[in-house]
Amino acid sequence: MESKHVNQQIAAMRQSFFDEEVLDEFFSQLEQLEDQNNPNFVEEVFTMYFRDSTTLLETVEQAMKTISITLAKMDKILHQLKGSSASVGANKVLNEINKTRQVLEKGNLEGTKAGIWEMRKEYDSLKAKLEPYFQLKQANSVPQEK
Amino acid sequence: MNVSSVKGSMSISSSTSTWKAGDTISDQFPAGLRVLVVDDDPTCLMILEKMLIACLYKVTKCNRAETALSKLRENKNGYDIVLSDVHMPDMDGFKLLEHIGLEMDLPVIMMSADDGKQVVMKGVTHGACDYLIKPVRIEALKNIWQHVVRKRKNEWKEFEQSGSVEEGDRQPKQSDDADYSSSANEGNWKGSKKRKDEEEETDERDDTSTLKKPRVVWSVELHQQFVAAVNQLGIDKAVPKKILELMNVPGLTRENVASHLQKYRLYLRRLSGVSQHQSNLSTIISAQDPTFGSLSSLSGLDLQTLAATGQLPAQSLARLQAAGLGRATAKSGIPITLVDQRNIFSFENPKLRFGEGQQQHMTNKQQVNLLHGIPTTMEPKQLVSLRHAAQSIGNMNMQVPPHGAQSSQNNPLLMQMGQQQQQQQQSRGQILVDSTINHAPRLSSSMGQPILSNGIATNVSSRNGIPENIRAPGYSQTPSMLNFPMNHASELPGNSFALGSTPGVSILTSKGAFQEDVNSEIKGSGGLMPSYDVFNDLDQHKPQSWELQNVGMAFDTSQHSNSLQGNLDLTQSALGQQGFSSGQMNGHNRSAAVASKAMFSTGDVKELGSAQNVNQHLNNLLVDNTIRVKSERVCDTSPANIFPDHFGQDDLMSALLKQQESVASSENEFDFDGYSMNNIPV
Repeated sequence: MESKHVNQQIAAMRQSFFDEEVLDEFFSQLEQLEDQNNPNFVEEVFTMYFRDSTTLLETVEQAMKTISITLAKMDKILHQLKGSSASVGANKVLNEINKTRQVLEKGNLEGTKAGIWEMRKEYDSLKAKLEPYFQLKQANSVPQEK
Repeated sequence: MNVSSVKGSMSISSSTSTWKAGDTISDQFPAGLRVLVVDDDPTCLMILEKMLIACLYKVTKCNRAETALSKLRENKNGYDIVLSDVHMPDMDGFKLLEHIGLEMDLPVIMMSADDGKQVVMKGVTHGACDYLIKPVRIEALKNIWQHVVRKRKNEWKEFEQSGSVEEGDRQPKQSDDADYSSSANEGNWKGSKKRKDEEEETDERDDTSTLKKPRVVWSVELHQQFVAAVNQLGIDKAVPKKILELMNVPGLTRENVASHLQKYRLYLRRLSGVSQHQSNLSTIISAQDPTFGSLSSLSGLDLQTLAATGQLPAQSLARLQAAGLGRATAKSGIPITLVDQRNIFSFENPKLRFGEGQQQHMTNKQQVNLLHGIPTTMEPKQLVSLRHAAQSIGNMNMQVPPHGAQSSQNNPLLMQMGQQQQQQQQSRGQILVDSTINHAPRLSSSMGQPILSNGIATNVSSRNGIPENIRAPGYSQTPSMLNFPMNHASELPGNSFALGSTPGVSILTSKGAFQEDVNSEIKGSGGLMPSYDVFNDLDQHKPQSWELQNVGMAFDTSQHSNSLQGNLDLTQSALGQQGFSSGQMNGHNRSAAVASKAMFSTGDVKELGSAQNVNQHLNNLLVDNTIRVKSERVCDTSPANIFPDHFGQDDLMSALLKQQESVASSENEFDFDGYSMNNIPV
């Protein structure tokens, strides 16, 4: 049925996330926290994550443009991003963040810029992948609940 | 479900919930564990909350450390364990950790995406019972209850070992077993403990059957006793066993003391690292006489600020205030008038000071440095005395700014002294000023109130974070104009100038709270109340006030001294005081000589324009004389003089001056050990 088909689609999407290592086991952990009472917990978490991280990323990118940017400040922001990305299981994003942070520690500003750019790519990609996933999930669950 | 029932029981009585001896605690536990989680990242916070709920815990979340602290304070028994992020915008996670450890003594787990060794080590040294790396796994959270149990167990053991159970049977002291039974008991424990230490033991016994361990609640009084004992022994030599003996609190075990000592040491260490100002403030905050009631409000604020800044634990504040209030009774006579005056001063001073304060800060700071080197001689002795006197101002005392080398040793002493004094007095920064003022009158009247001087001295120093504190002992002595007599009479051992009388001392400490602006003020006020005000005007005087010893007072006094001396125009205030104080000193021939010099120099400078210069000058003088606690003597004379003009406290001042003078005369002999003002190039 449609629902079944959609379910399969959802499952496939999900699996791809893991296969591509876009998401890691922490994502599964989040899923485990989902239950009857909180069917959309994961989505809620990601909504929040995307919202905050977008701001952070923009701040970081903005900072990179300014001349007098302080590495310490950048590091702080990246640290924040790292924490939340790790908690939601955004694996690739996390990897990019870690790489960028390492480059930043060495004081390589240019390298940091490049790293941030990569990070941003992964982030956008993640967002692009998850959004339809959640939408599908939502749509799917609704008819089921009925 | 068990959880719900557990929760229900928890809410009952004193949170006995799971721990109730008879109940099926173990079955439910750790379900229902009350967790407070703090993290500024909303994503993480949400996830953590969910995970903790999944573990069947009772979760409260905050995204700000301040919120968390206030929640904890509101409901001390309401939580069993705290999870906190390390990096937070409004307050460092470690600071929060410290606060919680000292105030509530709850187990705290730190979290961070940062897994660097330094950070983890920091967590350990600050007392965290665990450190989790983000992303946190739910499995890790499943086990956090072990820390709660462990802590309880340790406390329990301490109790058992204390063996001083009063009655032997557990009489439910106030709370009943229920209190003990649950982890919440801790909270209850605290309450009970405060009420009666003895009972705690008994209560605990009952609980032993269950997991509940009698938690020793370190009430303000108890902590004060503890600090007093530690000061008496010397922070380095303080061993739990001896502290326990000194404290002589039935039912308190060596383990209790040991763990508290450990925390205290960490706290001290941290304080010395932290801006001294803050610490000073805290110490100063010690409650000064309640009479200063009005001032208390000030100090309260300062304390609050300090507390907020994390420097001053909430408890300390409470303690200080309580202490201060408690002490007020003694001084009610004169202090009342003083209080008013003080209030005036304090309030006025701040205003005056602001403009000057800045200058003063600078000057003070500079001065402070100068002083650092100096008074050491005095301080040790004084410190000792202060310590005794100061007893457990508690955390606050610790704050005494470890300025430089001096500070390190003196500070604790000072702090203590200051603290004690503070307690007696009202620790508020302003209070110092006030206290000085108040004290002055008091001293004069009671003479036995060396506290002022001492307190002030100590306070001043502590507050400013500048070595002044150290000097404070000396200073307090100076303000001791009043104190001196007291000192002699008082128990002040050696320098303990006001410690004996102490109340005054604490005043000074509170001044510290005032922070820089106040510092300058305080200095003057250190003992000399009048000088205090004057001081503010002078700005410069803060460090100089050493004459007065009161650190801040000196300046003020100098101004005042002017009046006394006549040379100094009080109007000049800025310089006058300082000069005056120095002038006073001459009279006394004590270190005052230096002071007088300062005064004179200031006198000339009186123009105030040169106030800064004067300050410097005074500072120099002070530096030499710093030790001159004798300046106290000067203070004696000067304070009285100084104030009258300045602040319209003429009454006070004159009274003070008179007393001081009388005191001074007697005190002339007082030289504090070593401080020979002789160095002062007059």
